[in-house]
Amino acid sequence: MSRLLKQHPSLAWIALVVFATLCSLAVVWAQKNLGAAESAPVMKSQPKPEKHPVTIKPGPPTPRLDTGLKDAQGNAITAACSTCHSTTTPNTTRNTAHDLFQAHRGLNYAHGQLTCLSCHNAKDYDTLHLADGRSVAFPDVMTLCAQCHGTAMRDYLHGSHGGMNGHWNLAQGPRVRNNCVNCHDPHHPKFPLVRPVLPPRDRISVPKVPAEH
Amino acid sequence: MNDPAPASPKTPCGGNCSCSGGPASASPPPGDEGSTRRAVLKGLGATLGVAAYAKALAPLTELTKEASMDEFLQKHYKELSKDEIATVIARLTQEAKEQYGADVTISDPKPQEGVKFGYALNLSICNGCRKCAEACHLENNHDRPSHQSYIRVFEMTKGSMDFEKGNVHYDHPVPQPDKYYMPVQCQQCEHPPCVDVCPVEATWKEKDGIVVVDYNWCIGCRYCEAACPYHARRFNWQKPQIPAAEINPDQSYLSNRIRPQGVMEKCTFCLHRTRNGRLPACLEACPTGARVFGDLNDPESEIRWVLENKRVFVLKEELGLKPQFFYFFDE
Repeated sequence: MSRLLKQHPSLAWIALVVFATLCSLAVVWAQKNLGAAESAPVMKSQPKPEKHPVTIKPGPPTPRLDTGLKDAQGNAITAACSTCHSTTTPNTTRNTAHDLFQAHRGLNYAHGQLTCLSCHNAKDYDTLHLADGRSVAFPDVMTLCAQCHGTAMRDYLHGSHGGMNGHWNLAQGPRVRNNCVNCHDPHHPKFPLVRPVLPPRDRISVPKVPAEH
Repeated sequence: MNDPAPASPKTPCGGNCSCSGGPASASPPPGDEGSTRRAVLKGLGATLGVAAYAKALAPLTELTKEASMDEFLQKHYKELSKDEIATVIARLTQEAKEQYGADVTISDPKPQEGVKFGYALNLSICNGCRKCAEACHLENNHDRPSHQSYIRVFEMTKGSMDFEKGNVHYDHPVPQPDKYYMPVQCQQCEHPPCVDVCPVEATWKEKDGIVVVDYNWCIGCRYCEAACPYHARRFNWQKPQIPAAEINPDQSYLSNRIRPQGVMEKCTFCLHRTRNGRLPACLEACPTGARVFGDLNDPESEIRWVLENKRVFVLKEELGLKPQFFYFFDE
């Protein structure tokens, strides 16, 4: 072996080059395989991000009438609607506020041509009813509204009608949305006039004095 | 050119006076008289010089009170390293404590990957209550006495589309039957003219579409205010006055931290909220739900549904600035 090297010294250099090449190939191979081993769990930890819920605030609870009496603990005594209505005959013709009496006196009513029984359920006054007669609990009132207000409901479902709070990105957090009746009183649903807040105090766009003055 | 002047002292006095004439006069030597006047003038000059120098340096002495040397030497936001921005934020937090008595948290959220923000406003249901402007005022730590806000709500005559003719100073119950209401804030233009005119590059458009200002780099020249066709930029004429209890402590460097006096500011789509996935403050405050916010790049987003299904327009489209803020009407 040593004699061979003495005769041909260039052989040593060739062996060195071959050895270095093999080493670098091994390193490349190891990197590739280790890299694959490392990236596999990363791929697994990136599924489609789980979405937080969009919660719609529930409608008001089933209404109860305040009798004006207090129990021994000082809590108001209330009565279910059906307490009186189970013994009275429903009047299907009432659709103006001044017709109303007893507990309903003074109700501000302005909701198109609807009558009381368009929404209130004459068979069970502790619920509402849909156009097809099925009863709907008070907290689920949106189903009832959507029967007539289809375009509003469509816009609502696409996020372009109705106030909301929370996150635009549901992957990062939840969202809470208003119910129809949070903003619209079902008896007079038109949004009320309001006084604007925070009047601007800068001098930009100060209204010009009208020409007629 | 023969100058007669040097010869004149040698000329004998030709008048009737008693002087002997010539240089050999009895008066004190001219050198003494000259030196006295010169000394006075020198003294005067030196005094004025010192006074001018002191006046010129006066801002440096003030630096220690309101603004530190660190602030004076601070680099542009984009050139700050991670450590440097942390130092800057620590200083700003300290300043908020010293000057306003408030414990604030200043973050520096970056744009989300692949997200491009868009905003749409439903003019059919906006009732002009200005709750959005108020929410902006509170959220963004605006100067209280001036009622500063990034949002102006214009009362518009039905049939008119030119908000320049609108009235922002209306003060009566809203909505009026013959009016509609158009809130205008920064439109986050695709080609923002405010960025083009800034002489010091203190304002720029970020990856998610938000045009931001480095309040510490702004020189307050107000070119951007003049360039903006939507009147969306505001100038801090005074150091903002905010009671400590009313300061919103959730702040970020590029958005709602308390601005110094003499710099420009603008709507940032509440980037301290929206870059963390939350809705902007003006949207949450809207009682009618007239505002729609989301990611324009997400085909499932609400904002995309509005753009694809509603009659949408942008303000001053003819200027070609491509606003990322849209207006629409219901049927």
